[in-house]
Amino acid sequence: MNQVNYSITTPQAQLVRVAEIAAAWHGRPDKLMDVILEVQHIVPALAEDVAAVIAREMGISQNDVYSFVTFYSLLPVRPSGRHTIRACSNAPCHVRGSKAVMQGIEDFLKIRPGETTEDGMFTYTLCSCLGICDSSPAIMIDDKPYGNLNYESVQMLLKRYIREDVDAWNR
Amino acid sequence: MEQMKVLLRNQGKPDMEDAKAYIATGGYDGLKRALEMDGAEIIEELKKSGLRGRGGAGFPTWLKLKFAFDTESAEKYIVCNADEGEPGTNKDRVLMSCDPHSLLEGMVIAGRAIGAHVGYIYLRAEYPQVRPILQRAIDSAYTCHALGKHIFGSDFEFDISIRSGAGAYVCGEETALFESIEGKRGEPRYKPPFPGVHGLFGKPTALNNVETLANISHIFRNGAIWFAGIGTKGSTGTKLFTVAGNVAHRGVYEFPMGINLKALIYENCGGIADGKGLLAVQTGGSSGPFIRPDQIDIPLDIDFVAASGGRLGCGTVFVIDDSNCILDIVRNTQDFFAYESCGQCTPCREGTIRVAQIVDKICRGDGSMVDVRALQELIDMLRVAPLCGLGHSSAVPIASVLQNFMPEVEKHLDGDACVWCNTQKGGRS
Ligand SMILES: Cc1cc2nc3c(=O)[nH]c(=O)nc-3n(C[C@H](O)[C@H](O)[C@H](O)COP(=O)(O)O)c2cc1C
Ligand code: SF4
Ligand code: FES
Repeated sequence: MNQVNYSITTPQAQLVRVAEIAAAWHGRPDKLMDVILEVQHIVPALAEDVAAVIAREMGISQNDVYSFVTFYSLLPVRPSGRHTIRACSNAPCHVRGSKAVMQGIEDFLKIRPGETTEDGMFTYTLCSCLGICDSSPAIMIDDKPYGNLNYESVQMLLKRYIREDVDAWNR
Repeated sequence: MEQMKVLLRNQGKPDMEDAKAYIATGGYDGLKRALEMDGAEIIEELKKSGLRGRGGAGFPTWLKLKFAFDTESAEKYIVCNADEGEPGTNKDRVLMSCDPHSLLEGMVIAGRAIGAHVGYIYLRAEYPQVRPILQRAIDSAYTCHALGKHIFGSDFEFDISIRSGAGAYVCGEETALFESIEGKRGEPRYKPPFPGVHGLFGKPTALNNVETLANISHIFRNGAIWFAGIGTKGSTGTKLFTVAGNVAHRGVYEFPMGINLKALIYENCGGIADGKGLLAVQTGGSSGPFIRPDQIDIPLDIDFVAASGGRLGCGTVFVIDDSNCILDIVRNTQDFFAYESCGQCTPCREGTIRVAQIVDKICRGDGSMVDVRALQELIDMLRVAPLCGLGHSSAVPIASVLQNFMPEVEKHLDGDACVWCNTQKGGRS
């Protein structure tokens, strides 16, 4: 598991909301995952100051919170883009051409795994099996699974995201 | 080849999240029967059925429940392992999506058996589309008195809630899963003590796979004798098989235990896609061995596959066509283990990385017999030294390649350029 040292400053107003969520589960460390899953939609990243607030409100140590967050690959400690693309790198996708899909993403967005596009729209990472091997090669964008992709079709898919995102901004 | 749909009997039917729709198909009849039995009788019925775990190890389910039954405690837990992290495996997703109540029913019966009143479903975060289905099913079960206090008018009570994973393969290991539910890093615990004595929150716990628990509901609806009559002597019932990779028709299929692997691939799944030939098959998930085309004429029965050096595991069949190089595939697999090792114990943390590095070196045509010998040593070490099952089985794939595909390995040692390996980068590098 990767360990990333990263510290950013989270806006005060967001920390207040984090505190409200965490305070409801004081003395219930088993609720840490639920708290974090809710909090990650509020803050740009699960940074150290967020961990400190959660720890204080739930009555556990900051070390416990931070070591928890850094253990799980889906909990981001770095700010991510508006959409997160996760491309499966395991063998059942590999034999169906996942390398071409990854190449399609990298060529189109001009980023490597672990990076975010300059406009902050996409973060791209590799991941383990997404459980949709019956339509491999597969990726997920945020909560949505996509399968049976190739070099061209993954780029069409990303174009659609960009198109729809632009529309949303104009509205 | 005709499938035998027991677990998937409600596949394609509408509204299966609704407890009423499930009850209309005979659902919860098994639970009603179990409510008239005591714990020992329920466990005896499961023993008669011959049900064994569908999550990987094939452990007798009745015995697991008996351990938790025999431990005195006011608090006990039933945990459903819905982490389904094994690459190439989709069966639990399909099962939970098409018949969620069969899982809930199995959990309540298991709870009744050991005297537990709380159940958790640990669902992987990669299945956000499954969570609302399960939640609606749970809510609906409460409305119909299949969950909550006084289940179907009895004095038995049981609650179920969902807990989420967050992308860690190792959390499928039972004790790591407990740690994760408790709000900690998903690092496996030393065993003993075993979960039946000291499990979730330190209490006696029975942890089972989704498919295992769903089977319990069918056993109590149709009877243990019926169940024991399906499949083979040592592996009773039906099994969900996920066939992934280069077959024409991929997917999740249900057959009696003991069906022939070759028939599954060629008759049921339409053989190899795009008119190519077969290179290898891996059974049992990423920690299973790779076997050659001349080794696939075998019955998929837990003990038979184990005796021939394989693993039925969770029922995954990963098919690889001959446009691939087996070394490139095993490199991808060993990269997976190096990445997913939780890093808690040194043999696995360092060993999986070394194995991945050496396999990559051989792939690139830079390996020698010295490297093969180093791999052999690492394989022997990994079999015994690590703390949990992830480490123990992490070198099975490369060990099987050294055993079954040595001519391919030798070609790479001779530096005969392998076009495939050299144009492909390893999984995560
Ligand atoms: C590294 C590792 C990952 C595992 N992943 C899973 C999993 O995703 N799902 C599962 O049901 N069992 C998994 N298992 C097996 C469980 O530890 C456990 O044996 C199983 O869930 C028991 O259920 P059963 O008796 O019903 O098979 C895994 C084991 C190990 C060592
Ligand atoms: S064997 Fe591997 S996964 Fe298991 S505890 Fe040790 S380091 Fe972690
Ligand atoms: S292996 Fe890629 S989704 Fe399962």
